[in-house]
Amino acid sequence: MTGISKRFGPVQALRDVGITVRAGTVHALVGENGAGKSTLMKILAGVYQPDTGAIEIGGREHCFASPAQALEAGISMIYQELDLAEHLTVAENIFLGAEPRGRLPFTVSHKHMAAQAAELAQRFSFDIDPAAKVEDLATGDCQIVEVLKALRHNASILVMDEPTSSLSEREAKRLFEVVRRLRREGLALVYISHRLEEIIDLADEVSVLRDGLLVHCEHAAKLDIPKIVHYMVGRELTDFFPTRTAQIGDGLVQVQGLSSEAGIRDISFEVRRGEIVGMAGLVGAGRTEVARAIFGVDKRTAGQVILDGRELNIGSPADAIASGIALLTEDRKRTGLCIELPCSWNITLPNLGHIGFKPFIKPSRESRIAEEAGSRMAVKWSSPQAPAGSLSGGNQQKLLIARWLLANSRFMIFDEPTRGIDVGAKTEVYGLLNKLAEEGKAILFISSELPELFGIADRILVMRRGQLVGNLVTKQTTPEEVMHLAAVAERTL
Amino acid sequence: MNKFVRQLLPFGTLTLLIVALSALEPDTFLTTQNFSNVLSRSSYSGIIAMGMTAVIISGGIDLSVGSMMALSGMIAGLVMTQHGSVIPTPGLMVLGTLVGMGMGLLCGLLNGSLITLLDLPPFIVTLGTMSAFRGISYVINKGMMFDVPTYTFLGEGKIADVPVNVLIFLIIVLAAFFLLRYTPLGRYTYAIGSNRQAAYHAGVNVKRNLIAVYAITGLFVGIAAMIATSRTVSAQPTAGISLELDVIAAVVIGGASLSGGRGTVIGTIIGTLLISFLRNGCTLLGISTNIQLVVIGAIIIGAVALDQAARAKAETA
Repeated sequence: MTGISKRFGPVQALRDVGITVRAGTVHALVGENGAGKSTLMKILAGVYQPDTGAIEIGGREHCFASPAQALEAGISMIYQELDLAEHLTVAENIFLGAEPRGRLPFTVSHKHMAAQAAELAQRFSFDIDPAAKVEDLATGDCQIVEVLKALRHNASILVMDEPTSSLSEREAKRLFEVVRRLRREGLALVYISHRLEEIIDLADEVSVLRDGLLVHCEHAAKLDIPKIVHYMVGRELTDFFPTRTAQIGDGLVQVQGLSSEAGIRDISFEVRRGEIVGMAGLVGAGRTEVARAIFGVDKRTAGQVILDGRELNIGSPADAIASGIALLTEDRKRTGLCIELPCSWNITLPNLGHIGFKPFIKPSRESRIAEEAGSRMAVKWSSPQAPAGSLSGGNQQKLLIARWLLANSRFMIFDEPTRGIDVGAKTEVYGLLNKLAEEGKAILFISSELPELFGIADRILVMRRGQLVGNLVTKQTTPEEVMHLAAVAERTL
Repeated sequence: MNKFVRQLLPFGTLTLLIVALSALEPDTFLTTQNFSNVLSRSSYSGIIAMGMTAVIISGGIDLSVGSMMALSGMIAGLVMTQHGSVIPTPGLMVLGTLVGMGMGLLCGLLNGSLITLLDLPPFIVTLGTMSAFRGISYVINKGMMFDVPTYTFLGEGKIADVPVNVLIFLIIVLAAFFLLRYTPLGRYTYAIGSNRQAAYHAGVNVKRNLIAVYAITGLFVGIAAMIATSRTVSAQPTAGISLELDVIAAVVIGGASLSGGRGTVIGTIIGTLLISFLRNGCTLLGISTNIQLVVIGAIIIGAVALDQAARAKAETA
């Protein structure tokens, strides 16, 4: 791939990126969340079309208008979220859309299908039962089904996006064997992972992406983990962060030994009045789950949350809001907005009680309140009655922030508040966080972008695999140390 | 502006229909008597449609309303006639009416509880209770009806020349309008239907709200059952068969979305009246009931298709 660029609205996702993947090698692609890895691979797989640049395979230039065309050219992709029909068998999944025909028209020959699937599995010596239903398989075996599916398409290039993120150690080891076998068979493999140990172990070459740019490409043998981390995070902290002016007071929130059904274990930390505590970690490290456990979405299995000296018994978000906790969720489409409802309704939704709208809503006052709340965040809307879905992404985010400002909570959790919004809006969000801290609120700020954590947070908590592995004072640590804790280190607390 | 036009569409169709019928059949259609009849006849399905509007806004469906109406009526008839042994006295009629309404409320509570506590799809739960309620209606008097010859007030009574059932319809309409528009319950119903997860994360007690919505619908069905019983001066176990489809059609023609989050009381009234006047017009013009079914079917599909087209245009604009 050469000179690939791609822009999504105001965001330049990729800038002139070129990588070369050789047959019979494993090429690792690393970078922070949002660095452009997935976008690059989706361009390779025909999901997106690049604005500029070219894809060349075996000396022939290609331009894929759809994933089907990429598949045709021998490119298969295995996504992090596996893409299998759960209720069908292994063989049926492998041959989905290309079932061997039976003797009668419109029929499928299950006999031939099973035989061909078994033959395929045997050729690559995978131990898997073609007649088993996918829903009965372990995640590791599902990966193998995906690999077989790709091989059935005669893939010459196989892209694997975070294949080990949901595997146990043992299953992961087995997958590495599979990857090595495929490499011996002469396939070109692209391997995306956050687990740097795996990369060093498995890859022949490593490409590092950062902010849509290819910053480094080298043989894996010449690299080590600290070097990779350095390339991943090594950027200048820009100056759009406000000067922190808040007075840090006494402890407002204590989280003690918190565990939840979602897999976080024994999380303890404190947030003081006026303090912004950042939370770093890789995707799947359990940061969002900490927020959900505090907010009463996931069931707590152990531990407690103490606010202002009082132990809270939170069983639902309604309890949490009533106790003075706010959560801006990371996924505004799924858990944030009601897109067909008016902006004003979205703002007042969790606030009907304390703005005096129980038992009755007063529509004209509601418009006024929404107008005020919206203008405080400078939300751009045609009117407060416009449906929330008519706003741009950044403005939707501001709308939700306006909602929680109106709630006037003492402890505010922001989960990825700057995801998918442009730089200008980001700066506004940072300024706002600072202002809220100034008002004496305690803030937990979850982010995947290290620069913004270092730019705004007083302390940084680091999560890894459901546990808290670091509690660092921002001024006394480095991005390298945080990334090292998040990606590699064993528990150090 | 677009939204306004969209809401005008069913209203325009209704006006057009009335004007056309007035021109075609001025002597029989355009009379107070006929209008009063049409309103009276649509009163009970209209009352149920008010509940159904809330259910559909919440993203659910209630298929059991027809059976529930039969069951509520039968229980009321059972009480009024003391199991078929007496002609209802005023005291028994009042008691029976209250019990019938209470039965509706109870059935609604059952629907809501099964849906939320067992976390089952509303379609499945109410498909089940639709069958069960009907079965119980038959069991109560071994498939026979209860005659209530003296129970005529709700069916034929008038206050200042307006049928009592039309007045009750009006009160229920106002109550539903107020509930959906001016109370947190109504607001939360829209939010749940629009995005249940988002509503939950904003502190809405989703389960309690849904139970309330189905319970209120049950109460409305109970009230409708009493009007239906009075109109036929008998409680019939076969009452309201396939009524749920008429009611759902009225709500959908009125612009509600079966995927939730959208719908209005005004729209549903227009939908209800559209169906009623269509039936009335066809009858006056001597068009067979069989053809009426075809016409109503076409209107449902046409209304939703037009609504969707207008919506798509609004979104790309």
